[in-house]
Amino acid sequence: MSTYFVIAVIVLVFVVIFQIAKASEYVSILKGEESSRKQNNKINGFLMIIFLVLGLIGVYYCHHILGGRVLGESGSKEGEKVDEMLHITLVITGIVFLITQILLFTFAYKFQEKENRKAFFFPHNNTMEVVWTVVPAIVLSVLVVIGLRNWFIFTGDAPKNALVVEVTGRQFGWIFRYPGKDKEFGKKYFRNIDPSTNSLGLVWADNKEFNQKADPAAYDDIVQEQTMYVIKNKPVKLIIGSRDVIHDVGLPHFRMKMDAVPGIPTTLWFTPKYTTAEMREKTGNANFQYEISCDQMCGNGHYSMKGVIEVVTREEYDAWMAKQKPYYYSAFPDKDPSAAPMTTPSKVDSAAPVKTASASAVLGGNQNKLK
Amino acid sequence: MSNEQILHTGASAILAHDTDHGEHAGHHHHETFITKYIFSQDHKMIAKQFLITGMIWAVIGGLMSVLFRIQLAYPDTSFPFLETLLGNKWAKGGHISADAYYALVTTHGTVMVFFVLTAGLSGTFSNFLIPLQVGARDMASPFMNMLSYWFFFISGVIMMSSLFVENGPFSGGWTAYPPLSALGSASPGSKTGMDLWLISMALFVVSQLLGGLNYIATILNMRTKGMSMTRLPLTIWAFFFTAVLGVLSFPVLLSGFILLIFDRNFGTSFYLSDIFVNGVGALPNEGGSAILYQHLFWFLGHPEVYIIILPGMGMVSEILSTNSRKPIFGYMAMVGSLFAIAVLAFLVWAHHMFVSGMNPFLGSFFVLLTLLIAVPSAIKVFNWLTTLWRGNIRFTPAMLYSIGFVSMFISGGLTGIWLGNSALDIHLHDTYFIIAHFHLVMGVAGIFGMYAGIYHWFPKMFGRYMNNTLAYIHFWVTLTGAYLIFWPMHYEGLAGMPRRYYDYTNWESFKMFAGLNLFITIVAIIVFAVQLLFLFNFFYSIFKGRKVTSQNPWGSTTLEWTTPIHPGHGNWIGEIPEVYRWPYDYGKDGKDFIAQTTPIGAEETVTH
Repeated sequence: MSTYFVIAVIVLVFVVIFQIAKASEYVSILKGEESSRKQNNKINGFLMIIFLVLGLIGVYYCHHILGGRVLGESGSKEGEKVDEMLHITLVITGIVFLITQILLFTFAYKFQEKENRKAFFFPHNNTMEVVWTVVPAIVLSVLVVIGLRNWFIFTGDAPKNALVVEVTGRQFGWIFRYPGKDKEFGKKYFRNIDPSTNSLGLVWADNKEFNQKADPAAYDDIVQEQTMYVIKNKPVKLIIGSRDVIHDVGLPHFRMKMDAVPGIPTTLWFTPKYTTAEMREKTGNANFQYEISCDQMCGNGHYSMKGVIEVVTREEYDAWMAKQKPYYYSAFPDKDPSAAPMTTPSKVDSAAPVKTASASAVLGGNQNKLK
Repeated sequence: MSNEQILHTGASAILAHDTDHGEHAGHHHHETFITKYIFSQDHKMIAKQFLITGMIWAVIGGLMSVLFRIQLAYPDTSFPFLETLLGNKWAKGGHISADAYYALVTTHGTVMVFFVLTAGLSGTFSNFLIPLQVGARDMASPFMNMLSYWFFFISGVIMMSSLFVENGPFSGGWTAYPPLSALGSASPGSKTGMDLWLISMALFVVSQLLGGLNYIATILNMRTKGMSMTRLPLTIWAFFFTAVLGVLSFPVLLSGFILLIFDRNFGTSFYLSDIFVNGVGALPNEGGSAILYQHLFWFLGHPEVYIIILPGMGMVSEILSTNSRKPIFGYMAMVGSLFAIAVLAFLVWAHHMFVSGMNPFLGSFFVLLTLLIAVPSAIKVFNWLTTLWRGNIRFTPAMLYSIGFVSMFISGGLTGIWLGNSALDIHLHDTYFIIAHFHLVMGVAGIFGMYAGIYHWFPKMFGRYMNNTLAYIHFWVTLTGAYLIFWPMHYEGLAGMPRRYYDYTNWESFKMFAGLNLFITIVAIIVFAVQLLFLFNFFYSIFKGRKVTSQNPWGSTTLEWTTPIHPGHGNWIGEIPEVYRWPYDYGKDGKDFIAQTTPIGAEETVTH
């Protein structure tokens, strides 16, 4: 019922507007088209200056209420450079914005049609045109130089001491891999993927068909879902990939972003400045999280593809890491060295029931240290 | 020049044809309803067909945006009318599903970019104005012109039909990046819906090429006597560069689509490699590159945004000059900057791909070239401002929209300087900042250019005026509303809020914008309603509007206003008029305006 009521009101409003419009047309015929045109011209000229004034107030007001809600301080050292650049660009484009919009609407107001005014025949002026070609070119060169300097830092090699984590996107979640004790990522191949036991397709077994040999480096790799741990003030280098479609590792608080493309590894590095706990205090938000948002349309669950980065201190990280068990042993508990010495399995036992095992392993019982 | 000679002989040949036409004028015995209104070869009728089809698509696309904005504003509320409208698959319990949300977003983007702002805008005005303003009876090939419309029409029918297939239309975003768009198993929209989307787009490319080649041929070969290239109105220059961009870049898009069709249906691996799909398993494809598609797509995709905005720039230049009663400032600089934009349009595509995994060193060149585009854009803005300066401005609805266009172009253009700088793009990419940017600079500015054109040339199209009061209400609400919708989105984008999210309530970093999203939706609904007011004004005025009584109602210099109030097929009754001067002699030597057809007087001060 209320729907019909709303529709009726809308139709009524339309009819009223239309009748007014129609009436004003008749009035203009009665008054003479020329004089009503002049009157309309005055009204619109006046609205131009009103729009300018209200618009500028609106821009100020919008900044006043929303300015505080854009991300607070950058969570990474590199992000500071992004913020600094944002400010420089804001000042430059802001000045141009104000000058051009003010000129546009005041010219429109000031040079509206008047009886005794004659338009000024002014087809061109080389000096003016050269000035407004050269000045923007110089300003833009400055912005390009600042931008590219930062760009090469951001996309350049990560510092040697960086913590390396592999990030893999899938519909719709994130998988993180740490290299384990040997500090080396084992090989992976997408045909080995089994969502329940081997979500990344690590090369744990020989396979003639794929022409692959089991990679010893793959046995101690640690795999995590949804949450990634990194250390405060230690650079992190992400090696990014995808298992299915294109995703994007979006890190709004660190001011970084990189696509996850199937078949083409990408990288990204940054240095977290504050732990999650410190950031909670800074923002005054007890629920604060460094969230990873997927920023590339990846299917109908795109909006739910969230990951979390926990930034912790060195000690907390070490304690956490000590509790982690290599993925291989959570997938195959029977291969656990506490039960039997580590051997290279000649064949993956495809029948191995492991779902429950992997769940309990992630929670971190730690009876099996490597070697 | 030989060109003049050809024109001359051409003109006399047409003259013979013309007397023939004169006889027909009185008693249309060869024109049936079908040849006049449906399979018409008259460029003016084809223009109207493009315009009205574009309007229908604009309503559909606009309505879609209202629907998905409702989801963003009320993620937890159910609206029973949505179930009535969309059915219980898309809006069960009055709540739009994620599948439906992404289908709406994708179709909104595709329809608005291609059907409304490309076909509806340049299809309408290139067709309508090129022959009228260069002084030609019709297009170089009226038949190809007709085909161009009908390919567009069929393309639209197929796109429309994709809305009704079982798994819904394509839902992977208008850019259709594979592997998502290539794998039916990755998303329901990538099944039949995507096949129809690709077929529709392929036919659309055909339509654009037929149209574009025709525009170029007509502008280069069919100008009337005396109409040298530098005497062309800026509208024609803009349509010319638009057509060149389209002809050179649409085939690349088509090639990208063909490879995608192969990957989808014939087991090739152009874009696919190392993929494991949940519920399906590992796919056999290896060795393809998903980034290859992005290069092919954006090689059109970037010129495409200039295809959208250049016609607007051209028409706005013309309208600003006419209604300021003063020549456009820096005609040659305006042509030069159009040319510069057209060239640079082909050299900046990869700025859409800074974070795609493309080589960063390659990215740095694209930063430089992208920011270079700001230079010709700045020239245009300053020239428009100087055109207004010391003018004697008449605020016709077209003039208001032209001023609005400049304002939008400035606001949206300046944020392009942010996004084009890769080190900032790394934070802003794929957030609401980019949504705000391209809607202002391309969407709203493009639509404003279109409105300016419609209001300005409506008297030429239909021999009647549109209602001014409705037009003024339409303008002021739309201008204010557009800023209220898109300005605050910059802040959401600065906070990193990603685009294409169905629901933000679970995100600690973005949920503080819930109130703002509601506000934006309400404004969007109001603005949409006011566009319906415009549509009403448009169709009502075709039949009941105030009649045009003078041949040249705006006091313009250009050729289209030398035709009869209701021009027939062939445009001019007698000989096509000869042109003696540039089209911007407003306010010269104390005269209000001097038409292009007036010979240069003995005591004129400056001549062009």
